[in-house]
Amino acid sequence: MIADLTRAERQWAMMILGALGIVGLAMAVAGRNDLLGIHGWIVLAAGLGGFIAFMRGKDAPEPSDDRLNEYYDAPTRLGIILTLLWGVVGMGAGLWVASLLAWPELTFDAAWASFGRLRPVHTSGVIFGFGGNALIATSFHVLQRTTRARLPDQISPWFVLLGYNLFCVIAASGYLMGLTQSKEYAEPEWYADIWLVVVWVVYFAIYMRTLARRKEPHIYVANWYYMAFILVVAILHIVNNLAVPVSFGSAKSYSLFSGVQDAMTQWWYGHNAVAFFLTAGFLGMMYYYLPKRAGRPIFSYRMSIISFWGITFMYMWAGSHHLHYTALPHWVQTLGMAFSVVLLVPSWASAGNALLTLNGAWHKVRDDAVLRFMALAAIFYGITTFEGSFMAIRAVNSLSHYTDWTIGHVHAGALGWVAMITFGSLYSIVPSMWKRPSLYSAKLVEVHFWLALSGTVVYVFAMWNSGVIQGLMWRTYTESGTLSYSFIDSLVAMHPYYIARAFGGLLFLLGALVALYNVVMTIRMPAPATEDAALDIPVQPALQAGE
Amino acid sequence: MFGLHYKIERSAIGLVTFIVLVASIGGLIEIAPLFTIDETVEQAPDMRVYTPLEVAGRNIYIREGCYACHSQMIRTLRDEVERYGPYSLAVESSYDHPQLWGSKRTGPDLARLGNKYSDAWHTVHLFNPRDVVPESKMPAYRWLLRDPLRTDDLGNHLSALRAVGVPYTDEQVANAALDAYGQANPETAAADGVAERYGSATNIRMFDGVSTRLTDMDALVAYLQVLGNLTDAAHQPNQPEAE
Ligand code: HEM
Ligand code: HEM
Repeated sequence: MIADLTRAERQWAMMILGALGIVGLAMAVAGRNDLLGIHGWIVLAAGLGGFIAFMRGKDAPEPSDDRLNEYYDAPTRLGIILTLLWGVVGMGAGLWVASLLAWPELTFDAAWASFGRLRPVHTSGVIFGFGGNALIATSFHVLQRTTRARLPDQISPWFVLLGYNLFCVIAASGYLMGLTQSKEYAEPEWYADIWLVVVWVVYFAIYMRTLARRKEPHIYVANWYYMAFILVVAILHIVNNLAVPVSFGSAKSYSLFSGVQDAMTQWWYGHNAVAFFLTAGFLGMMYYYLPKRAGRPIFSYRMSIISFWGITFMYMWAGSHHLHYTALPHWVQTLGMAFSVVLLVPSWASAGNALLTLNGAWHKVRDDAVLRFMALAAIFYGITTFEGSFMAIRAVNSLSHYTDWTIGHVHAGALGWVAMITFGSLYSIVPSMWKRPSLYSAKLVEVHFWLALSGTVVYVFAMWNSGVIQGLMWRTYTESGTLSYSFIDSLVAMHPYYIARAFGGLLFLLGALVALYNVVMTIRMPAPATEDAALDIPVQPALQAGE
Repeated sequence: MFGLHYKIERSAIGLVTFIVLVASIGGLIEIAPLFTIDETVEQAPDMRVYTPLEVAGRNIYIREGCYACHSQMIRTLRDEVERYGPYSLAVESSYDHPQLWGSKRTGPDLARLGNKYSDAWHTVHLFNPRDVVPESKMPAYRWLLRDPLRTDDLGNHLSALRAVGVPYTDEQVANAALDAYGQANPETAAADGVAERYGSATNIRMFDGVSTRLTDMDALVAYLQVLGNLTDAAHQPNQPEAE
């Protein structure tokens, strides 16, 4: 990595790492009586470790100018590996929290191992660790191919990738120590949030600088989605995390908002974390890798326009469907419900666009498990959004809210859509990224596919069942007009489903391990003598939309 | 329309501007009015603030992630009102930075938990839930009784809360650490100060059953016992019926 950088870039890197180390030291000193200090040491170690690595590597010969004739893929390669590692960690934590709900004694009397602290490790680990790294890695790859331009420099992509992972490490280690803002999907404390803003600004700048140098007049659809992901996540993140720290030596902060305003802000954020992190970014992936793998242009360019602007506009109204029948004013609930229902149109426009693109390539879907991952992802995307629009209807939500039905919906989206499109996309670029003729084993991809599919189905059906049972038990009355079941009755009824869910999760996790193994073995295969991958250079025409 | 788009997608700045504009509308229309329309939050003149010990307890509730399994928002549905009590009003969480309404009920709702069980029940239950509820899935929080409560920075906590809008007085901020001690040690001089500064209805008890030192358990139980009791507003007869 250091050898890729020019001399000037190495100096920049050392200044940045030095500054990071100083910030870490300042945090460690200011927070010496607080958990903030521990994070200070972690930041200091990251800065210092990087600095030492550069001291040792700074005299390596400079890269030749030939590099400018190629895409810059080294950050994507590391990003792919980090995606898979976080996937295993995050899903491992998921399996653990799932087991805790079946067998609560698995906490072993250790605070860090209790459900409430491990659960955010799972959610952040999979969403930010696994999903976020996948988005960053693939966005760099797609951006260069669709603009036929190389990334603007060799340092900012590393800053974004490594800086983002530092954020993830601070987040996850913080939860284990009990540091959390408690806002779902926005748990990291104020200093981590500020750091993420810095990383994000650089990320956005990479996008704009590369686009400015593009050799294609049009910006390809996939990039619209990646840009919406970057921009809107920035807005959401900044607004929802506004807070006042207890002091500069304290990790703890208090949200600027309270009560009903905070609830609405949080779910405006929360729902759009789903929309712009778990949906828009991954749609970007789908719009590039699926047609590419199928060898067919996107079915309809117009449908992709309608879908894109529909999603960008309407999702932002839908957050209040998380707050039906609460103290949120009725008019906001109604607006949220209405927009959530109409949201089905742009959502299905994208899912349909993907599936219609596959028309004429179904034999490839049958034979190629990589493409099948992506096709299945599009199907699950359709299922999840249909379910979501349905659950957003007030009367339906009165049953589903607070129950495992929500968890079933989440994982239909998370396992079936987010993880499947990620695995499919990664498999499709791993060989070319490492200049290998193919993956180590196509068989293992097939094995992974069936593990992932069966794991998802077991998980989702278990939660649909338990959620509906739970919701019904809570509202069932006896003939004399009293509630039939105590709360604990409903909890007891969940037990078998919690075991089934843990089993489904185990299958899914095994699949992720198979993927990691397959990718590692691909990387370890001997490189072929001839560089036939040299076709993948900035002058090759990029993928074009149909019509 | 598609012709216009043909132009937009050739300009990175144009695309960025449109995305930001189009995405901002929904949030602006739904969130901004919540800060300005008066009916959004009811009036409750009797609303009181959390004591320092309750603030510390609330932070433990957050630290341990209790909100991941327990909601604090009773919906306007008949079965919920019968199971948990009057439905939650906006004003009841108006000092909650952030709110802890929650989104999942692996365990029951806690919005009206205060005074439903004894302190001793809570202490046993938190120490090992299965000692009192054999089927419970809740983790055993044994360390709460072991760990001493940190109180030296509670003044800073109250000033930060004041900065975001909770009406703490200078006196309350200055005496935060002392008041935390006093609330869990009745019959000390410090306890009198708590009643004076936070009202005579404040719970002043040995929450964990041991007087010698403050533990995380003291704080958490103090917080649980005040849930739903900051104001009487939800119990007033003028509220509309649940659905
Ligand atoms: C090995 C696979 C997985 C297992 C066993 C698993 C298990 C779990 C469990 C037990 C919960 C807590 C549910 C509760 O509180 O009742 C949960 C929540 C969650 N998981 Fe997973 N999970 C897995 C994979 C994933 C993946 C891949 C993603 C995202 C890409 C994901 C996203 C989430 C989210 C967003 C929540 C929070 C849901 C909510 O608060 O409503 N999970 N998961
Ligand atoms: C048209 C699209 C969608 C709509 C209208 C929608 C609607 C909903 C609704 C009504 C809930 C339940 C809220 C509650 O009762 O608390 C929900 C929860 C959730 N949905 Fe969706 N959904 C959609 C698509 C998706 C997709 C594609 C994903 C991807 C993973 C997803 C992930 C989630 C998550 C993580 C939650 C749980 C939030 C929480 O309580 O922590 N949704 N959604």
